[in-house]
Amino acid sequence: MSIIVGTDTKLVVSGLTGREGSFHGLRNRDYGTDLVAGVTPKKGGQEVDGVPIFDTVAEAVTEAGANTSMVFVPARFAAASINEAIDAGIGTVIAITEGIPVHDMLPTYWKAREAGVRMIGPNCPGALSPGKANVGIIPAQFFSQGSIGVVSKSGTLTYQIGNELKQAGLGNSSIVGIGGDPIVGSDFIDILELYESDPETELIVLVGEIGGDAEERAADYIAEHVTKPVVAYIAGFTAPPGKQMGHAGAIISGSSGTAEAKKKAFEAKGVQVGRSPSEAAAIAASIVNS
Amino acid sequence: MDLLEYQGKQLFAGAGVAVPAGEPAASVDEAVAAAERIGFPCVIKAQVLIGGRGKAGGIKVAKDVEEARTHAGAILGMDISGPRGEGPFRVHQVWVEEASEIDAEYYASVILDRSAKMPLVILSRMGGMNVEEIAEKDPGALVRLHVDPLVGLTGDDAVALAVDAGIDEDVVDGVAETLVRLYVAFNHNDATLIEVNPLIVTSHRRVVALDAKVTIDGAALFRHEELAAIEDPPEDPQERLAKEKGLTYVKLDGNVGILGNGAGLCMSTLDVVANAGGAPANFLDAGGGSKADAIVDALEVITSDPKVTAVLFNIFGGITRGDEVARGIIEAYERVDMDVPLVVRLDGTNSEEGLQLLAEANLDGLHNAKTMLGAAEQVVELAGK
Repeated sequence: MSIIVGTDTKLVVSGLTGREGSFHGLRNRDYGTDLVAGVTPKKGGQEVDGVPIFDTVAEAVTEAGANTSMVFVPARFAAASINEAIDAGIGTVIAITEGIPVHDMLPTYWKAREAGVRMIGPNCPGALSPGKANVGIIPAQFFSQGSIGVVSKSGTLTYQIGNELKQAGLGNSSIVGIGGDPIVGSDFIDILELYESDPETELIVLVGEIGGDAEERAADYIAEHVTKPVVAYIAGFTAPPGKQMGHAGAIISGSSGTAEAKKKAFEAKGVQVGRSPSEAAAIAASIVNS
Repeated sequence: MDLLEYQGKQLFAGAGVAVPAGEPAASVDEAVAAAERIGFPCVIKAQVLIGGRGKAGGIKVAKDVEEARTHAGAILGMDISGPRGEGPFRVHQVWVEEASEIDAEYYASVILDRSAKMPLVILSRMGGMNVEEIAEKDPGALVRLHVDPLVGLTGDDAVALAVDAGIDEDVVDGVAETLVRLYVAFNHNDATLIEVNPLIVTSHRRVVALDAKVTIDGAALFRHEELAAIEDPPEDPQERLAKEKGLTYVKLDGNVGILGNGAGLCMSTLDVVANAGGAPANFLDAGGGSKADAIVDALEVITSDPKVTAVLFNIFGGITRGDEVARGIIEAYERVDMDVPLVVRLDGTNSEEGLQLLAEANLDGLHNAKTMLGAAEQVVELAGK
């Protein structure tokens, strides 16, 4: 098994006719993902490298059987694309787009929750289940199939850790980038719950960063509900307060959201925290190999 | 994007929230003229983006023209540091405002609660001190209400909140109406924070916003031309240059210049350098898919900081290709005056091609490192103290 994406994923890409959307959508297909459709208003009937384009997500669902949507449209239209996917009956929406206004995401978040739709992102690298499916921009070559589930706010930091795990001979059940925005569809807790019940996952690596309190809440959740070992890494110990560090959500507000507080929250609940990506990967490897 | 107090008050006024009459001024003469129009006594307030202005001497009452001149002269050009050591920020503008007679000081805010994924309205009958102090002194004096973004803040909810907070009975309706208007302002302006501290009751029992702290979501500025137009360029020369070039850069106070691709990896690079005993000079995320031009721009920004004595490039290529990064570095050596050593750690997509290109170019002062930790140790040694 795996989580979020797998062999049953039937992908529709909103924005497949765009430069980025076609590059990554077709790359996902090359990896083995079942890419069934693209959606671009007024371009229905066209094709992108053999993939049919529809005007609406609803048509992609009824005509092509899409069950997962990847959103690659520009920020100012992205929330509308997510809403459209929710209305069309899509089960999983993965929003890659960076820079969607927070006030657009607030109602969309609740709309997805009320409809029972799983949303990943926005401002995320997507989800990869090695050997099965890749939806998003994660470079699959750095990951192999295995038993470590990864959940992360950051893309490149995940590649760094995944690569170190691979060099240690370890692979992944899935890799899920939840995104670096203040409001994301799925938090660490949502993904931890899925890994806990995924039989293929033996250990979970959680990669957090400054800002918000998703890591602190994850620490509490792990203590209560997660029986599998979890190893954490937090980025941003040297970040000054009040400065946005690249991701819209990576900001220390006053004294809250610091890396130190997050590390302490994990350690208080018995979760080991690596001081560097290498150390986190090494701790994970030593647990799995012991 | 943070608004200055007076910009926040203008935004409040647009939403129908009562604010004292006032005028901004950028020189002593302008301030004096504004004071004469407004009448005496009036208040001269430094316009900087930090709290603690009063304690720093940035807010003064003027009883007459001479005092207005003296205070404006003292405040304009003053450097003010924040309570957590932020800044210092130089005062370029003052806000001249009619003096208010205060009966009561409350606290009101609307913030984006990231955990709950909802706006949170906070009200307290104890204003004039910061919210952490209120929470410490009397946690019961802070009342909170999460607002369903699909519904909004209703008048009934606001009245119930005001009653709950122990607001004086005769101004419950006035405070509730102010909360509803602040919530509307929060939504309409794509704010992530609106704080009014104090929200006062005047001697005539009017509810007036005496201060304004407003943060607007930068991602939404495309639909607020009027707000985008008042955004000042950063004061720091490197931050200003980076912004012009569309790079994500944050100035820090060390001497090790840093470039990473991706926000998470870049933050992690700063931490690893600090663990190795170094002091990072900046955060610079070259972004996914960094092309050669972006690398040249990034090196130009980093090396324009005179404190930088060595630079670390930490690239783990996913979408970013190592050969593109290497071409950017080679080009930067031709176009930018590279007088500090550069440690390059190149891994991931096309990193071998990239390393090959760098080896062939045989650049002065360029060092290769295989791992992130090794690169950090090497750059710290090269940077010196």
